[in-house]
Order: sequence, then structure tokens, then C-alpha cells
Amino acid sequence: MSRDRNQPVQEVKARRDAALSRLTQAVPYMQFMGISFDRRGNELTAVMKYSDHLIGNPLLQALHGGAIGGFLESSALVELMWSQVWEQMEAGGPQAEAIEAGDFPEWPKVLDITVEYLRSGLPRDAYARATVSRSGRRYASVRVEAWQDDKTRPFAEAMVHFVMPRAR
Amino acid sequence: MDNVELLELARRMAHVIPHSRELGMHIEDVGPGTAVISVPYDTRLIGDPATGVLHGGVITALLDGCCGTAVMTHPKAPGGTATIDLRIDYMRGAKPGKTVTARAECYRITQSVAFVRAVADDGDPADPVAQANGAFTVEPHGTKIGKTP
Repeated sequence: MSRDRNQPVQEVKARRDAALSRLTQAVPYMQFMGISFDRRGNELTAVMKYSDHLIGNPLLQALHGGAIGGFLESSALVELMWSQVWEQMEAGGPQAEAIEAGDFPEWPKVLDITVEYLRSGLPRDAYARATVSRSGRRYASVRVEAWQDDKTRPFAEAMVHFVMPRAR
Repeated sequence: MDNVELLELARRMAHVIPHSRELGMHIEDVGPGTAVISVPYDTRLIGDPATGVLHGGVITALLDGCCGTAVMTHPKAPGGTATIDLRIDYMRGAKPGKTVTARAECYRITQSVAFVRAVADDGDPADPVAQANGAFTVEPHGTKIGKTP
């Protein structure tokens, strides 16, 4: 069963945005960090809004390495989760109905993360995009890159591995 | 400088780091090239609302901060430090309600790079929740905990 392709655009957008915000706003840590997601179709951009409590070096006014790591990890996790949610949601049927009712699949678990700190994080908003390199039945690998002012000069990147939850 | 003075210095320094303060990080102990830092359980920092487990980012911040502190307390470190790369293995989720404690050791330092490892547990050091391995810069200037070599 697939979705009605003539569904009005506003309804489609509202449905997708509602699922995304439900998914991400339910995570206290992401609220605490000021992390939200912009959506264009199925493509996500993570945004970490600057706030003073993200600073790790007050002399340089640089973002904390842990805050940067947490931001990259959140971006990778949501990208992976969203790719699954999107597929189920857009396929229609009972799984899509469950998602629309706020019943999401279980979150994948982070197995390991390797963060490269390329430049110090400036005291302003940060953005990140993640790409699922491989998503298998049991494991997944996700790459993520973060930037601030200049997209061509990323300030951090990470490779994240996940263990997938058992299919429901 | 003895370890008590070192600890006092480290705590004073940590107190002015906004992100560490916001997460409730507490320096339990420091030695030359070592650090023990804990972070209490906090519902604002939950990563999985279904289980109440802390977000990995909290553990990352704890391990990163702990490793950085171990570099700054190393007798051969002339100044501050910054993370070059950090790998973290999550063995299991920290139990909801438990304080997580990280122990870091700067096991090798050259003129330009410090090598650090750390382990975090939620009460039993024999049953860790995560471990980290990282390379850190050795800055000629900046914040240093202890005497300048």
C-alpha cells in the first residue's frame, strides 16, 4: 500500500513535520542542547542554536568538545532514525499510522563514535548533515559533518556506528 | 605542588567552564597526568525517553573533559590543550539515576601531542559503560593545571 500522491501539499508537509518534531522534541538532551532539525523532503540539517552554556573554553570562547561530540552524535542518530521513519511513514499502512500516532520504532544504539575536531567551535549557531553510509539489519554506519559560517570549512566531523534494534 | 593543591586548581578552573558546570561535572580527583570526574544523573540530559538513559553526548562531554584535564595536569604540559580526535566506545547505557564517573590518564606526551585514554563507569569500575581514546594538542600557552615545566 502506498500514499495517495494527490494528497494536498500542505497536508503532506504537516504530516512529515509533525512526525519529525515529535521524534526529536521527545529527547530531553536535544532540547537542553538547543538542537533542532530543518527538513527539505527527506533531507535533514541539524541546527545547534548557540547558547553560553555550550562553551568549553571561556578564554577563547570556543564550544566544548563534548558539546560538539553530542551535536554530531545527535545528528547522526536522528538521520538514521529518520531514514527508517520516513520509509515506513511514506509506505502507508499500519506502521505509518503508528508513527502518526507518535509510536516510533525503537532508537538504534550508538556503538562507537570517532570525532575529528578540525577547528575550534565559534560562539554561534552550528549546522550538521549526516549521511547513512550503510544501514544493515543489525548494524549501521553514519558519517556526519558540522560547519558554522562556511560550509566548505567544516569544524568537526564524525563517524558513528550503531547497533540496530530488533525489527518489531 | 602536591595533589591537594592540584585538585583545588583544577576545580577552580573547571568552575569557569560553562558547559561542564551546566552538566554538573565534578572533579573528584587529579594527579600528575590523571583525572577523575563525575557527572550526576539529570533528567534534562536523557537521550532515550523510553528508557531514561543519559544521552551519549553527556558521556562524550565527560570523557572529553576528563581527558583534557589529564593533559593539563601532566607535568610535561606547558599550557592548555584542545581535542584533535576522540574515539568513544559505548559498552552499554548508564543506568538511570546513577552518577557516571570517568578516569583519564595521559599516558604519553610529546612536544606537540598528548595521548590519553579514559574509562567511565556508573558505580562499578569493573563494569564500565564507555571508554575513550584520544589525541590532544600540546599548547605552548594557555590554561595549565600545576607548575609550568
